[in-house]
Amino acid sequence: MNTIVVKLIAQRLALGILLLLAVSVLIFAGTQILPGDVAQSILGQSATPEALANLRREMGLNDPAWQRYLSWLGGLLQGDLGTALSNGQDIADSLGGRVANTFFLAFWTAVVAVPLAILLGLVAVRYQNRWPDKVISGSTLTAISLPEFFIGYLLIYLFAVKLGWLPSVSTVYDGMPFIDRMRAIALPGATLTLIILAHMMRMTRAAILNVMQSAYIETAELKGLGGLKIIWRHAFPNSVAPVVNVVMLNLAFLVVGVVVVEVIFVYPGMGQYLIDHVAKRDVPVVQACGLIFAAVYIGLNIVADVVSILSNPRLRHPK
Amino acid sequence: MADNLLDIHNLKIEATVRPPGEKPRDITIVEDINLSLEKGKVLGLIGESGAGKSTIGLSPAGYGRGGVRITGGEVRVNGRDILQSGARGLRQLRGKEVCYVAQSAAAAFNPAHRLMDQVIETTLEHKLATREEAEARAVALFRTLGLPDPEHFGDRYPHQVSGGQLQRAMTAMALCPQPDLIIFDEPTTALDVTTQIDVLAAIKDAIRETGVGALYITHDLAVVAQIADEIMVLRDGAMVEYGETRQIIESPQQPYTQALVSVRSIQHRQQTPAESPLLSARNITAAYATGLPDVLSDVSIGLSEGQTLAVVGESGSGKSTLARVITGLLPPREGDIEFDGRTLSAALKGRSKEDRRQLQMIYQMADVAMNPRHTVATIIGRPLTFYFGLRGEARRKRVLELLDEIEMGPEFYDRYPAELSGGQKQRVCIARALAAEPKLIICDEVTSALDPLVADGILKLLLRLQQTEKVAYLFITHDLATVKAIADSIAVMYQGRVVRYGTKSEVLTPPFDDYTDLLLSSVPQMKVGWLEEAIDSRRMASQGH
Amino acid sequence: MKLRNIPVTALIGLALTTFFVIAAVFAPWIAPYSMSETVGEMWASSSATHLMGTDNLGRDLFSRMLFGARTTMMIASLATVVAFTLGSVLGILAAVLGGWVDQLMSRGIDLLMSIPTLIFALVVLSVMPSTITVLILVMGILDSTRVYRLARAVAVDINVQDFVEAARLRGEGRAWIVFREVLPNALSPLVAELGLRFIFAVLFLSSLSFLGLGVQPPEADWGSMVRENRQGIVFGVPAALIPAAAIALLAISVNLVADWILRRTTDLKGGRGG
Repeated sequence: MNTIVVKLIAQRLALGILLLLAVSVLIFAGTQILPGDVAQSILGQSATPEALANLRREMGLNDPAWQRYLSWLGGLLQGDLGTALSNGQDIADSLGGRVANTFFLAFWTAVVAVPLAILLGLVAVRYQNRWPDKVISGSTLTAISLPEFFIGYLLIYLFAVKLGWLPSVSTVYDGMPFIDRMRAIALPGATLTLIILAHMMRMTRAAILNVMQSAYIETAELKGLGGLKIIWRHAFPNSVAPVVNVVMLNLAFLVVGVVVVEVIFVYPGMGQYLIDHVAKRDVPVVQACGLIFAAVYIGLNIVADVVSILSNPRLRHPK
Repeated sequence: MADNLLDIHNLKIEATVRPPGEKPRDITIVEDINLSLEKGKVLGLIGESGAGKSTIGLSPAGYGRGGVRITGGEVRVNGRDILQSGARGLRQLRGKEVCYVAQSAAAAFNPAHRLMDQVIETTLEHKLATREEAEARAVALFRTLGLPDPEHFGDRYPHQVSGGQLQRAMTAMALCPQPDLIIFDEPTTALDVTTQIDVLAAIKDAIRETGVGALYITHDLAVVAQIADEIMVLRDGAMVEYGETRQIIESPQQPYTQALVSVRSIQHRQQTPAESPLLSARNITAAYATGLPDVLSDVSIGLSEGQTLAVVGESGSGKSTLARVITGLLPPREGDIEFDGRTLSAALKGRSKEDRRQLQMIYQMADVAMNPRHTVATIIGRPLTFYFGLRGEARRKRVLELLDEIEMGPEFYDRYPAELSGGQKQRVCIARALAAEPKLIICDEVTSALDPLVADGILKLLLRLQQTEKVAYLFITHDLATVKAIADSIAVMYQGRVVRYGTKSEVLTPPFDDYTDLLLSSVPQMKVGWLEEAIDSRRMASQGH
Repeated sequence: MKLRNIPVTALIGLALTTFFVIAAVFAPWIAPYSMSETVGEMWASSSATHLMGTDNLGRDLFSRMLFGARTTMMIASLATVVAFTLGSVLGILAAVLGGWVDQLMSRGIDLLMSIPTLIFALVVLSVMPSTITVLILVMGILDSTRVYRLARAVAVDINVQDFVEAARLRGEGRAWIVFREVLPNALSPLVAELGLRFIFAVLFLSSLSFLGLGVQPPEADWGSMVRENRQGIVFGVPAALIPAAAIALLAISVNLVADWILRRTTDLKGGRGG
């Protein structure tokens, strides 16, 4: 590791933190645009002015917005996500298990989808313009047009209702045996995989094809190297960064897709929790969940950037 | 016959084209080519773009780029017909018997691996030597090719060395497995002229020392004359003339070859500069942004009405920056520009419409200098409306007149740039500049993207228009042959400074300064043996010092 | 442009898209029942009187699908128009003006894009009422970030071309440069993008409605119909799949057309017919 690489990565991380800070401002501001306020929505339209004023004072709503933002942020940094308006529970407590459930689902989806997508992307490159490639391109077009709930309910209809192989509702609980847990996430996992797979395949294909069209691949061919050696020795080192980029981008899609899929399968994750509280207009919960989703999203993008810095020979071996 | 390294009979090469909205179809791009090459000899393949020279050149490796296939004839390497040898046979052939040197070494090296690993890869792949032997061989080749610090040169990555060095490293990579035949595909075209001569000499030495046979593909007849034993002239995928190098250069038989040999023999009588110049730039110093190093330092030039000043230099000399300063696109840090008796505002914003009208510009890449969505009529007509308020029939008439002046007919009036050839595009750009009736046209490398014969046509047109329209040219170029053809005065630029300036005869008459001498002696001459003379005289000069 | 030069897939796409548009426009004349009247039992299966059966409240699903097409396509189209106008005007402006204006706008857009669109919409909808106007504006503004990126990239690309520099040197004003030099060349990629943005709007609206945060009863779009009938799935009633499939089919047809336009524009390098 040389100083330039270290400096670039440090820069990227600092930028990420700055971005996250800006996002927190934006999310906070986004919940301030409504006339009326939280106190009003807790007590409803029929509340007496005295009760409203009392609650406002209690919640600090009379302070200027920036002061409320700073105390919110201060709480966040200490792991205090605030309390939910709807039931008065501590948000961090209610979220803990749900975040774990969401990551469990996302993790196992990624474990299946990422290698599969890269493999199929390679197949498409290997058989460029032949039928496997055409099938893959065609399925992408369809896949990006399908709403999550179409795939989800279709799978439920087929595998849970008609065939009865898998549960239609993905109930999980603490202390559930691993194998049962996997069974519970089979359908939501499959839905998520189908959503991101085609996209990831097509982008992997494009990234590798781009490298395969470089002049140095022609050089390798004219050196008399075999097909696999060309891919392994000459295409692979230069494809790492673009492919990692593709994967990270799709994992970011996955994180968002999780929200809808959790609702379809009534899966007790963070997305389900977020949607419930949006409907209840429970602002502190929405802010907390929104920030967590955004942080994961930004984090994935930083990983992609760091990998492309690390795999760039120009940066690793400066003049 | 059996002794020949390479024999090609009745070669036919086809390609599949896929025009948008139509069915793909096959076209023949090369037909009826016969050639043979003895061991240790060099055959030059020469032609303009689209002549099929690279396609033919790659056939001994059994390789076709993007949908190109050999569909007929035979290609024998060391007596074996490689078209019958299958994928495995081709892999055995490539790298072992036939190696390749690409035009752009910068793109042809894998950025992810050290040079040494790439240079010896073929040798190891075909088990021609152990790693130690291969590395020793590579170091020896680096030395032969005049690379700096040959012992450690291979430790570097491609982006860490210069373009000229990469080109030599690519030659080393081709020579390392000790093949019988090397295909050189325009190996010096991307290089500056002073770098080209060294690389050319290095390649020639290496060929002589190793006794390898070679196909040398280029568009530059003067270059190939230095290195080839025989030359084949190609045009539109067919052979025009094939013979000994001396015969092709000294007594070409075919009219097309004669035209290629006599290219750039335009004669232009030098005019003497007037007392008060039309344009004078004084003490120009410029940088691309404050804080960045100066690209131009203390540059002063002058140009008389109706004459041509050629600003010549290699890449990085600052010649194009000078053009940008004069147009107002890049305000200089210091210095001023006087034009037609008045001082021009440094920034484009401060210049009047009249200033802009009188100072026009023509670009190197004609196809991006015209809006692809405008017709020729709009492209040439817009300045007429903008500067003179011409509309309707009057404008149409003037556009047709201008088309006539650039030797293009009225049928081009409604065409789009995509429907024109390279030379026609550049002519339309000239007409667009002329439409403003300027006093000065800045020509930025206007012929360097064109094939030599087309470029010649453009230069002749520019000279004729100078006679009739009395327009002055500031001609930015890296090509000394062009300079000799059209200039009245010359400014030689090097690293942001004018190192030599005067009338053409003054600048081109000795005694020279070191850089001008180097530049002048580096331009390939259309004669056999020029390279040796140039290198010899350089050696003598350096011993004399 | 001859009909037989259009690939089959694009023709299918065009035909289906036209079909959906006609269904949406003429819904009140085609629909056998009104949107809200109860005409039978809940989740009755397909019959001669009820082509697609009935929904969870015993309303005619076919009629509701037709009216739903209206709501879905109208909101999606208007959101696309907002996204497009906002995104392309700001994007091209940023490219042509450059300097700090460009910096400011581009960093702002980066910030907006660093939050997943759905999440950001949820945050806003947690405090705003889900009226149709709010939906159109939220979707339009959030989606304009993608159009902005594309428009700016295309325009920056064109803006540094020599022909634009030639126009500047000539002394042309900003209007000529934007409308005569940059825009004609930026148009084709933007038009292809229009289709993709519309699909995105359809899917996005459907997701929101499915989550119960989009179109509110008594109005209904296809997404909310999936929501209403989803309980039926477990009992083997596929009513929810019908609106879901319609969304998919509409998106696929528009995609086929957009894909074809995109291919055509990347093939042609300007000139006639482009």
